[in-house]
Amino acid sequence: MSTSAATRLAPSGLPETPFAANAAAAPPHSTPGDWEPGRRVIAPSLAPLPGHQWQEEPHMSPDGMHVAAVVRQEDDSFTMRVDDGVWDASFDKVWSPRFLADGRLAAIVQQDGEWTVAVDGEAWPETYGFIWSLCSGPAGRLAAAVQQDTRYGMIMDGEVWETLYENANNFALSPDGRRTAAVVQTVPLGQADIETFMRGVYSVAVDGEAWEQNFMNVWTPVFDNRNDRVAAQVRLSHAEYTVAVNGAPWPATFPCVWEPCFDPATGAVAAPVRKEGRWGMALDGTLLWDARFFQCWSPAWSRDGRHLWAIVAPQYGRFTVARDAAPWSFTAPVVTDLVLSSDGTRAAALVSNDNSDWQVVVDGVPWPGRWEMAWRPVFSPCGQHVAVRVRDRARETVLVDGKPWRDAFTTAWDPTFGPGGAVLLRGVRDGACERWVATIDDFKA
Amino acid sequence: MSATEFSGIAERRIEDANLIRGVAALTRERIERVVKAVTKGEAGARLAVYHETCMRCGMCADACHYCLSHGGDPTYSPVGKMEQTMWKLLRTGGKVDPDDIYGMAQIAYTECNLCRRCVHYCPVGIDTGYVMSMVRRICHRLGVVPLYIQDTAHSHSGTMNQMWVKDDEWIDSLVWQEDEARGEIPSLRIPFDKEGADFLYSVIAPEPKFRTQLIYQAAVIFDQAGVDWTMPSSPGWDNSDMCMFTGDYEMMGRLKRCHFEMAQKLKVKRIVMGECGHAFRSVYDVGNRWLGWKFHPVPIVHSVEFFWELLTEGKIKLARKFDEPVTIHDPCNIIRGRGLMDKLREVTHALCSNVVEMSPTREHNLCCCAGGGVINCGPPFKGVRLAGNKAKADQLAATGVHTVVAPCHNCHGGLEDIIHHYKLGMHTKFLGDLIYDCMEKPGAA
Amino acid sequence: MQQLYNFAVGPLAWVAWAVFLGGSAWRIASMWALARKKDMNAVAYMDVRFAARSMARWATPFATLGWRANPAVTVATFSFHTALVLLLLFAPGHAVLWDYAFGVNVWSLPEGIADVLTVLVILLCGFFAWRRLQLPTVRYVTRPMDWLVLALVAVPVATAFLAKQQIGDNLLMSTLHVLSGEATLMALPFTRLSHALFSPFTRAYMGSEFGGVRHCPDW
Repeated sequence: MSTSAATRLAPSGLPETPFAANAAAAPPHSTPGDWEPGRRVIAPSLAPLPGHQWQEEPHMSPDGMHVAAVVRQEDDSFTMRVDDGVWDASFDKVWSPRFLADGRLAAIVQQDGEWTVAVDGEAWPETYGFIWSLCSGPAGRLAAAVQQDTRYGMIMDGEVWETLYENANNFALSPDGRRTAAVVQTVPLGQADIETFMRGVYSVAVDGEAWEQNFMNVWTPVFDNRNDRVAAQVRLSHAEYTVAVNGAPWPATFPCVWEPCFDPATGAVAAPVRKEGRWGMALDGTLLWDARFFQCWSPAWSRDGRHLWAIVAPQYGRFTVARDAAPWSFTAPVVTDLVLSSDGTRAAALVSNDNSDWQVVVDGVPWPGRWEMAWRPVFSPCGQHVAVRVRDRARETVLVDGKPWRDAFTTAWDPTFGPGGAVLLRGVRDGACERWVATIDDFKA
Repeated sequence: MSATEFSGIAERRIEDANLIRGVAALTRERIERVVKAVTKGEAGARLAVYHETCMRCGMCADACHYCLSHGGDPTYSPVGKMEQTMWKLLRTGGKVDPDDIYGMAQIAYTECNLCRRCVHYCPVGIDTGYVMSMVRRICHRLGVVPLYIQDTAHSHSGTMNQMWVKDDEWIDSLVWQEDEARGEIPSLRIPFDKEGADFLYSVIAPEPKFRTQLIYQAAVIFDQAGVDWTMPSSPGWDNSDMCMFTGDYEMMGRLKRCHFEMAQKLKVKRIVMGECGHAFRSVYDVGNRWLGWKFHPVPIVHSVEFFWELLTEGKIKLARKFDEPVTIHDPCNIIRGRGLMDKLREVTHALCSNVVEMSPTREHNLCCCAGGGVINCGPPFKGVRLAGNKAKADQLAATGVHTVVAPCHNCHGGLEDIIHHYKLGMHTKFLGDLIYDCMEKPGAA
Repeated sequence: MQQLYNFAVGPLAWVAWAVFLGGSAWRIASMWALARKKDMNAVAYMDVRFAARSMARWATPFATLGWRANPAVTVATFSFHTALVLLLLFAPGHAVLWDYAFGVNVWSLPEGIADVLTVLVILLCGFFAWRRLQLPTVRYVTRPMDWLVLALVAVPVATAFLAKQQIGDNLLMSTLHVLSGEATLMALPFTRLSHALFSPFTRAYMGSEFGGVRHCPDW
């Protein structure tokens, strides 16, 4: 990803994948030895340890050195298993585990009806009414959504926003992982109170401080690359949508808009907009791409701001990727996971007919082979290679530049590129959790 | 000639705060502008051809439960309702009074369930459901929408669910139900955000809000069937869609995008939906089209079909059968909308030893009078549903049984209301209720 | 009068046919273009197989719920349209015109049968008028356009009957028959008679949606 992976949000308000922030932030290699080619067994068996009633899905650290899973112990308490040990502490509930950029393991925990975060088994001293949407960025800080005394906001490394609100959702983290933003409801709303709603009860709070303006609706706030400004979709009335940047809406309105994104070079804001039943792209409120697509979403800029990409539908029911308004000729009924190379000149995406026959398309050219499922493509830092985790008939493997790895896992995690064409593969094979450092030559047609 | 004899909607106007407020803000100019914008700008040949081709033969009168329940009153017939609304708007070019819009909104939102039973009666193939939806679209753009359903649409826009359920309340409901269910099945787990699961299970917001036992039941059924499933912990979990019914298509698109992207993000093979009809219509047939997907990007399976799979594949075994006689209600959105009438019967017969068919039945069955957003228009219009569905009450009474199987939330609401009002001494059941009651639970404590 | 008749069966007939054919082609083409522009989320689901299935069903008397629920209308509608098409194409008088205008030799109905069909159509026009006047569900939605299209069918058939039966001035009746028939022909693309052009599409579309998407009969 060229543009701030940590800030790319799904409409749900969550980062694109739970580990998007970590993957983007993970150092390419923590110690030189980590990239020695070959296999290393991290846990010889992932079978539940004695005394565990159950073990949930394992998670591997981005560097592949550890594996962790939520486990339920015999006394009905929950804890985390890490490799072959468990945290000392146990809780009434543990969920949403994730590794941080620095290798620490965090999870949301509940004890006696109160929620907090535990890092490497140590819970934050304070507890809260609720904690969810845990995420972290390159700074290694932990951010989450928080509810305290039925007031809502965000928390970062144990520090709750000074102001909490009636409600909060659509949580966002700045690219540097140090700032938080969310859509907040600043005004109480009575039952079926249409008029107050239409006057506007939603805003965006950045580090807890709400914009001065309220809107009828606000969605998907996103930070710019300088971790400074925030743009979001806003609805001014039932039929008027636009984008607001730091609270100031574009002068132009549209029948609908999708998620905005900042040009990393100039700070201009692009967003897909609807006009007369078709979709185009607007830049700072002015139409940049003609509204001629049946759909246009997931916009992404190249790092130098020269190219703007998006998933588009040039015909009804046929999707593809467009660069600077020019769609690839290859189209498919479904296109997802648009990813750019680090300089933003190349792009990869996943396509399928019916969610069961996924293909990887890079620069408009499909790779051979179809897969039951495919995961978000990963570009090498130089932008020359693309790796994708795929699944077929209960076996998972990794493709690099269209060629499969010579072996397969029962479960894999996303691959990571290292120096000199090394590829870190992580997965479970024959019951063991392994990390492999492969080279490009290990992937053969 | 007709106006003097049947004054139609004018003589049965019902007070609704938001219809009154909306109409007060209208001018003739604005109405004309919006009518033209919708009928000429948004709609095209389909609406024009329906208007021209409808031969005013009146054959559809026998199709409509409102018309049947009102002794053949022509102002309730499908063509009579189109005549009072869209045909009048097209004939006059939108030159009508604000007061007329009140009546049109009341007809479109509360006197048509968009059930499409009239499809079986119209030789030329006029889709009354589509025409009434376009009337609703005009009313939405004019801001003349019944209060309760407008508030629900606002909830969708503010929280991405139907019931103002906050992010943490959703998670809390699942954790709570998981805890409760463990009392019965000690090993039961509701897996959050399980990437790569076979299916994502999505529900409508009334389940976590009022009917949490349905989530409990589903969890027990899935757990004991040994299937690989997940529920999302963040917005996108709710598949309901009142925006489709208010005419707020932009919000409908946003909701469905959120739902489908959640499934795509979790890399599931399919989405299985709870026993809800309107949500199925939105996800399976309507929302995807607005977004430009010809078919749903992730396969959609309604509970009826999923239960059928579990039973036919032997994943659920029954400990007993339900012995009381039951009858089957056919929800329009999964029967006329998906053709599940045979599977519904196979599942019901598998569960119940004595099934008495209604007459008419299957795709010709009468509507519950709650769907299409009508029940969501709230208490002011409850009487419309009760008086408007005497035909269904007679049909139910004629079966002589006390249990109605109805695999749809809205149908439950509508049928329970008429059962109570007409003192039928019956009650409704979901298939999930019956399966939960009758299945073997090998994991039970 | 003879001159008027000659004009009616001569140049005016060519004009009528041109308006009918040109108008119909233009209406279908422009409607299709509009559909492609605005209704792709409907057009995309058109499916020949399901369209044909639905059309065949609805073209069969009593094969659908609607037909079964309205037996009188079913009998009337099928008889009316069948008789009308037979008369249009094969009435003995029309056969002469086919030959005269295009030099084609068309089979024609026996006189007796043509007479019966003519009377049948007139009676059925009466039946449809009776429905529009007497049945509340039809009367409520009847507009001047509905009377106009009924008249556009009834007048040519009635004048044909009068001319044939030598009731009234024969030339006058014949002239009125030709003129009103030409009026009907020209009006077809531009009045509700256009259901002759468009109902195959609406039927095909409904059949396609119910067959291909909803997997449910639309009858």
